[in-house]
Amino acid sequence: MQDVIKQLVELYGPTGREDEVAEYITEVMRPLVDQVYADTMGNLIAIKRGPADAKKIMLAAHMDEIGVIITDIDEHGFLRFSNVGGVSAFTLIGQRVRFADGTIGVFGQEKLDEIKDLKYSKMFIDIGATSREEAEARINIGDVAVYHREYTLQGQRVIAKSLDDRIGCAVLIETARRLKESPHEVYFVFTTQEEVGLRGARTAAYSVDPDYGIAVDVTDTGDTPEAHRMAVSLGKGAAIKVKDSSVITHPAVKDLLVNTAKAQGIAYQMEVLERGGTDAGSIHLSRSGVPTGAVSIPARYIHSPSEMVDLGDVDDCVKLLVAVLEAPLI
Amino acid sequence: MLLARLSEAAGVSGQETEIRDLIKKEAASRPGVELKTDALGNVLAYKQGKGHGPKVMLTAHMDEVGLMVVGVEDSGLLRFKPVGGIDRRVLVAKQVLVGPDKIPGVIGSKPIHLQKRDERNTPFQWQELYIDIGAKDKKEAEKLVPLGTTTIFATTLQKLSDEITIGKALDDRVGCYVLLELLANDYDCDLVCAFTVQEEVGLRGAGVAAYAVTPDLALNIEGTTASDVPDVPEHGYATSVGKGPALTIMDRTSIPARPLVEKLQEVAEKENIPIQFRRATTGGTDAGKIQLTKGGIPVAGISVPCRYIHSPASVASLSDIQATISLVKAFLRTL
Repeated sequence: MQDVIKQLVELYGPTGREDEVAEYITEVMRPLVDQVYADTMGNLIAIKRGPADAKKIMLAAHMDEIGVIITDIDEHGFLRFSNVGGVSAFTLIGQRVRFADGTIGVFGQEKLDEIKDLKYSKMFIDIGATSREEAEARINIGDVAVYHREYTLQGQRVIAKSLDDRIGCAVLIETARRLKESPHEVYFVFTTQEEVGLRGARTAAYSVDPDYGIAVDVTDTGDTPEAHRMAVSLGKGAAIKVKDSSVITHPAVKDLLVNTAKAQGIAYQMEVLERGGTDAGSIHLSRSGVPTGAVSIPARYIHSPSEMVDLGDVDDCVKLLVAVLEAPLI
Repeated sequence: MLLARLSEAAGVSGQETEIRDLIKKEAASRPGVELKTDALGNVLAYKQGKGHGPKVMLTAHMDEVGLMVVGVEDSGLLRFKPVGGIDRRVLVAKQVLVGPDKIPGVIGSKPIHLQKRDERNTPFQWQELYIDIGAKDKKEAEKLVPLGTTTIFATTLQKLSDEITIGKALDDRVGCYVLLELLANDYDCDLVCAFTVQEEVGLRGAGVAAYAVTPDLALNIEGTTASDVPDVPEHGYATSVGKGPALTIMDRTSIPARPLVEKLQEVAEKENIPIQFRRATTGGTDAGKIQLTKGGIPVAGISVPCRYIHSPASVASLSDIQATISLVKAFLRTL
């Protein structure tokens, strides 16, 4: 599983340009399921068929990662940009970004009276070009770049970019791998454009038309020095979502997850995320409504180039999903 | 001139009757067009293709930003709230037309002589502005203007030069104009032109139009902000007037389907039509709602650059409008 995580986090896949990630996942999922296809929004839908009267359960993890989009190229070859998803200007200082063709850029900023005046419009990306022509030979307006960072495993903990939400993709893949028999029809959906408003999940949920939905995504923790109070910690197990800004977990799904974790002795913690949303927000409002919940992987430093998760938590998430999918629904 | 009639018609979000009637009359005169008006008031103009092309939906919103009367003072002055995004600093002393009968009025405020020093340094708040229709008291005003009446800017369309035109509501009457011009031609693909309602208050009409039509692909035609003016650095221009239609790279509500954007670029290059990119990621359009309809619809956005949108007078280039028509026409002909 570590190899899959490493591969996934090092891929290029900003919102709207998830093709590379989709290609990789298609190859990995093909032998594990009965059918894999991509829809109009680029969502990858992998189906493990069930018996004739099976309920449809949709698992969703998003493939896209945050990034920056080029809005202007000046005569000296400097690139101006805007954000794709939640990127802090302060996080960008000193970072490198990578474009689809492998071009590396670094961030610079105009002179500022005070560092708190920093915003995207005062920043630029330098790709080492000396003129507009030289820059345009590599980069066009509208091109998107992602953090350029390698995967690191230290003890039980992974440090990498885009664990939000490639770690969720890895959990879905591992769940498909470990799931032998299921009384349900399981839809492993790898969604697009989550970071700009849970968009891919919305059209995917419409097409799949599931009976139940479970989103798998990262969540914040409150276990670092002087952190915002939050009862989620790295290493204490799968987080079962109660609420975030996009969804209030359906009680039946929440109970199913909690009861399964208890019965199987899987470590879990309850998650109330005060700010932030997940694909569950789109899925539960699809058509006439879908009972939906979420299993979250606790993660520190989300939306930075160095997010951190605990492999024990990741394993707990997989165990919980496999156990839920193997049992009949109450 | 059709563009003048479109620009001058009243159609504040939710009360699009006048502009809708005008568009229906115009669309009905185009060959082979069948019209439907849906429950929210969107006008759908269907035109059967001559061949076996895909079903294409073009959208432009009919509604415009404006003001709504929400109260009447004893003096007969009208209290109002904005409908859609209006910068209240542009309102002072502007002439307006109130309601379907277009009662003339002016936006009043405390004159400079009576303002205290600190009042001169801050823009008026909404509650410090009112519409004066010359009514002598509350009773007379209420007889003329029921609560909920919408108000438009009293701007007539004018040409500033052979090239440049000035008018109200160019966002998005330029889009409506483009669609009506395109309906005059025949195409191989099935074409549905949707003139949508309530875009300015949250892209409300487009979603249901797309749900009903379920096209294979869609293009949204907008009037978008041009900020090629002093005090804005060049990299902040968003779009420039006179440099051709602007293709959206991303905005607050959608990331366009790449194959469509690439196809539009190809068509523009082949036909020698100037284009630019909309170099801003702010703002939202109907494309956001269309794209996420049902199982998803590929959509791209093309905009005519307009300076001073959402104000009483915006400025656009006639050649940008013509180029937008040529680009979409050439695109449709490839399908």
